Amino acid sequence: MSHHQGFADSLLAVQPVCPPGLTAWNRSDPGRRFGVYRNNVLVSLIDALADTCPVTQALVGEAFFRGMAAVFARTNPPHSPVMAHYGEGFAEFIQGFPAAAGLPYLADVARLEMLRVQAYHAADAASVSPAALALLLSTPERLPGARFALHPSLRHMDTPYAVVSLWAAHQGEDVGTALAALDTARQESALVIRVGLDVEIHRIATGTAAFIRHLDDGLGLADAAGRAMAADPTFVLADALGLLVGAGAITAITTQ
Amino acid sequence: MTFSPMLVDANPALPSRGGVGLKPEHFREILAVAPDIGFFEVHAENYMVDGGPFHHYLSRIRENHCLSIHGVGLSIGGESPLDEEHLDRLARLLDRYQPESFSEHLAWASHGGAFLNDLLPVPYTAATLARVCAHVDRVQDRLGRRMLLENPATYVEFASSSLPETGFIAEVVRRTGCGLLLDVNNVYVACVNHHRDPQAYIRALPLDAVGQIHLAGFAGDIDAAGDPLLIDSHGSPVAQVVWDLYAFALDLLGPTPTLIERDNDIPAFPVLLAEAQRAEAIMSRAQAGRQRVVCA
Repeated sequence: MSHHQGFADSLLAVQPVCPPGLTAWNRSDPGRRFGVYRNNVLVSLIDALADTCPVTQALVGEAFFRGMAAVFARTNPPHSPVMAHYGEGFAEFIQGFPAAAGLPYLADVARLEMLRVQAYHAADAASVSPAALALLLSTPERLPGARFALHPSLRHMDTPYAVVSLWAAHQGEDVGTALAALDTARQESALVIRVGLDVEIHRIATGTAAFIRHLDDGLGLADAAGRAMAADPTFVLADALGLLVGAGAITAITTQ
Repeated sequence: MTFSPMLVDANPALPSRGGVGLKPEHFREILAVAPDIGFFEVHAENYMVDGGPFHHYLSRIRENHCLSIHGVGLSIGGESPLDEEHLDRLARLLDRYQPESFSEHLAWASHGGAFLNDLLPVPYTAATLARVCAHVDRVQDRLGRRMLLENPATYVEFASSSLPETGFIAEVVRRTGCGLLLDVNNVYVACVNHHRDPQAYIRALPLDAVGQIHLAGFAGDIDAAGDPLLIDSHGSPVAQVVWDLYAFALDLLGPTPTLIERDNDIPAFPVLLAEAQRAEAIMSRAQAGRQRVVCA
């Protein structure tokens, strides 16, 4: 085993262990000194997850969250020095974390918070101009086949729980009242997108979520709208388009 | 290969003034007030994202200020070859922002596909020396510029070390032509932790190669024998004893670009700016002292 492999394993081990070959000027037990590195590594990884997932942490409390994050971090250290991306797999981990089983929505809250960070750092792109949209609307024969490129920061997710509402409840002053009014077993869909410099999270209808997913997959407007309608009879195309245009989500239009 | 000194001066240097780390909490204020400050510093890895507010603000702040880009993830002391993908990301970042200075650490952080997010120590052996020099050569070759290598704050030593830390650093500088980032807080922390004389440590470094100084706060702990163990925490103001060591270093170096580092418990921007100004005041006293010596 290489020197660094032993060092790395000892850093992430649950029990405080010390790799061989370390010394101190006063011949004191180097394990205590090595503990500084163990603490630095684990705390920095837990802090990174806590920064990404503040609502997940608020839902379970700091002590529980940090304990759960420590278990994740020890078995899933980052693979890249770019720490903004750290936490991939954390939501899936929470989903299988026995102690969190009483909060079945917790994993999807973490998933939504990960999407939020991804949107924050995603590439910049200009939205299509009002003139380009007006031109499209003035040529109705081209409308059905029109394809939209969506903003690089745009993310969407469906969840069997009221995850967007749970997240939104933590953004106001009176979190307790907002949470008390919530039925967490309600299915919700989320649209996450950066508008200017701020990430917005919208609760959207099932049909709107389907519409955005199909546009994102490259379907034309009519096909995407048709499938959205089939998924959700209450789908209103004008509302869904209004949401996307309002958020600057459309960055290019192609028509045949 | 050894980096050609001819290219060293192609990049304009940082001014011999105080600078501070650029924090997202301070983006708007800095843009609004355009403070009179020597330079800003960012950690390279924080800006290796595609777009969004970080690049929005850095590109605007860069228009008005000198910039130091400081890497924390290259793992120059690592056992495996450098991560070429990461080096490519770094090259793109430097190309975009054209910083006056690029620096990295004498430490490792990556092994076996895991990134451990800390600056981990290396034994000072001939084998490590060869590897670190090869990595610094590769970095300078890929980036087409000279880098500064920072002396580490360490908590343990290795039984296998056969060179003193200062001798190791001097040899890396000699073999690769890289510059030295003298972290005065790290000197103090490491010297307390390993029972060395910080002034003798500084004197033993290749001071001609120093291109930048770092100052930061440390936290105090004790080791298993009850002796002091200092931790390079970057979470408090620069300690008086580090200011004193800084003044000692400046007497040897003359005015040198000096960064106030703060990564935890980040105070209001004017608090950091005041520490940078304090560094400048010490710099001007050191300058005056040197001139008196010259005239006498």
